[in-house]
Amino acid sequence: MSNRIDVRKTYKLFINGQFPRSESGRVYEIKSGKDFVANPSQASRKDMRDAVTAARAAQPGWANATAYNRGQILYRIAEMLEGRTSQFVEEISLLEKVTSIQAKAQVKQSIDQWVWYAGWADKIATAFGSTNPVAGPYYNFTIPEPMGVVGILAPEKPSLLGLVNCLAPVLVSGNTAVLVASQSAPLTAITFAEVLATSDLPAGVCNILTGIKDEIAPWMASHMDINAMDISGAAKKTQPALREAGADNLKRIFSFSDKAKTQRMTSFLEAKTIWHTIGI
Amino acid sequence: MNYSAIIDGSEASLKNFLRTLPGVDQVGAESRAAMLATRSIKNATKSYAIDLAISMVDLTTLEGADTPGKVRALCSKAMRPDPTDPTVPHVGAICVYNDMVSVARQHLDLIGGHDIPVAAVTTAFPSGRASMPVKIQDTQDAITAGATEIDMVIDRGAFLSGQYGQVFEEIKIIKEVCGEKAHLKVILETGELVTYDNVRKASYLAMLAGADFIKTSTGKVSPAATPPVVLVMLEAVRDFYSMTNVKIGVKAAGGIRTTKDAIKQLVLVNETAGPDWLNPGLFRIGASALLNDLLMQRMKMRDGRYASPNYVTID
Repeated sequence: MSNRIDVRKTYKLFINGQFPRSESGRVYEIKSGKDFVANPSQASRKDMRDAVTAARAAQPGWANATAYNRGQILYRIAEMLEGRTSQFVEEISLLEKVTSIQAKAQVKQSIDQWVWYAGWADKIATAFGSTNPVAGPYYNFTIPEPMGVVGILAPEKPSLLGLVNCLAPVLVSGNTAVLVASQSAPLTAITFAEVLATSDLPAGVCNILTGIKDEIAPWMASHMDINAMDISGAAKKTQPALREAGADNLKRIFSFSDKAKTQRMTSFLEAKTIWHTIGI
Repeated sequence: MNYSAIIDGSEASLKNFLRTLPGVDQVGAESRAAMLATRSIKNATKSYAIDLAISMVDLTTLEGADTPGKVRALCSKAMRPDPTDPTVPHVGAICVYNDMVSVARQHLDLIGGHDIPVAAVTTAFPSGRASMPVKIQDTQDAITAGATEIDMVIDRGAFLSGQYGQVFEEIKIIKEVCGEKAHLKVILETGELVTYDNVRKASYLAMLAGADFIKTSTGKVSPAATPPVVLVMLEAVRDFYSMTNVKIGVKAAGGIRTTKDAIKQLVLVNETAGPDWLNPGLFRIGASALLNDLLMQRMKMRDGRYASPNYVTID
């Protein structure tokens, strides 16, 4: 017999390497069927702003880390993910109405996917850069560079695999991210934030918000200091409005099919071309 | 009440007077400053506060790497902080080193900024470690070059070792050099004064010696213009006014980087010295990075979306 009282978890946001509650104090309810599951934070516009500020501050450092180092850090995250497998399985099967076998398959696939992207870190420049033949006494190089701060709307389901598919390709090239988690199944994203916090990812490189997607998305789209967005996780009918709001500030906005892989990385790259004189 | 009745400028009379000043309640000052910083502000008030803060900024560049080109660019920014929006007020002043004064003055006159004063930091800024003739010459040079505001530093070493007479005398001499031509701001460098009691004493010392403004810091020492320090100085200014009917200005400089910091300072001014001080003639904010943040907040208020530093100038 046990008289022990459970220590219940407060589900919080992940901003600048810390776990604050929403500055608004708001939470929203998620249920599994009719059963109450949790009250995650409902991020406000100011939380989004703070996350972008953190991501912007962290961006140069993350982009200037060597590609090898970025790869190692991402691989480290995969190690941490592996150790949390059972927690992820529990959360996925609770909220996505799948069997624990299916949930486990999703977790394994997510980790493999993450590792696959991690391996790209030191290959991006070679694969997507080029030396260009030019008619003159110059070397001419094109080097892929990260765009900057990327806003991500993660898909509703599968919550972990969807998050990994959106986040990894953005981070691997040196972008920093503000990610809005699956609204109906945010627990995996919160656990994922705990994984990030215990790996070596510098504070602010990835910020995770939970809340009402349709509320946060327009604020992100109109924010002048977000360079690009992945809106794969937004409902089809809201996507045109987001693209419109982002057009005014030249934000690059993409939505991907589940099959897209390298395209997810290259979409968030900018090409820098350098002319260099040959000898004298 | 006339202070000259009590103070004859002698070491002894200064010591006697400063000893009568009540000590600052450290915990009280800090909690009052913290309490005033929690005020929430409505949008219309915030818009007003942002414009007011812009008009109070002493746009400053005090680097060894300053060039005439950089100073000219800063002057253009002072005149039209946001080139895309003519409704933004111009800043309170330009603050530069002595040798850049003529560059700044000429460029401001060229672009129509006749009413923007140029402030020069003098008296061996930032340390103040030079002989008196050098300090006088330093000030004289700046005034000749066209500075109408002089930011002098006090000799903190002398102050901390209790030689109030010497500090008093130096300020007085520089004030005489300034005469009618220039406004004198006295930098106390509160980060080196250690206690709030010393800040209060130094404030009175400067005001008695003829300062037009008392300024917190050089910006080279941290901590600088923390809210409690500014609070203590504003109280000194307020009490000085109630006793002498002379309004002395306050300049908070150093460490004020965000709009939020600036608005906190304005709340302090309003609640301590009173609304009379809420104008560039009596309150200034010495800053460089702050202006961009104010402009970004202004854009946000105007457009209803968050602004990006890519749309303001880098300086």
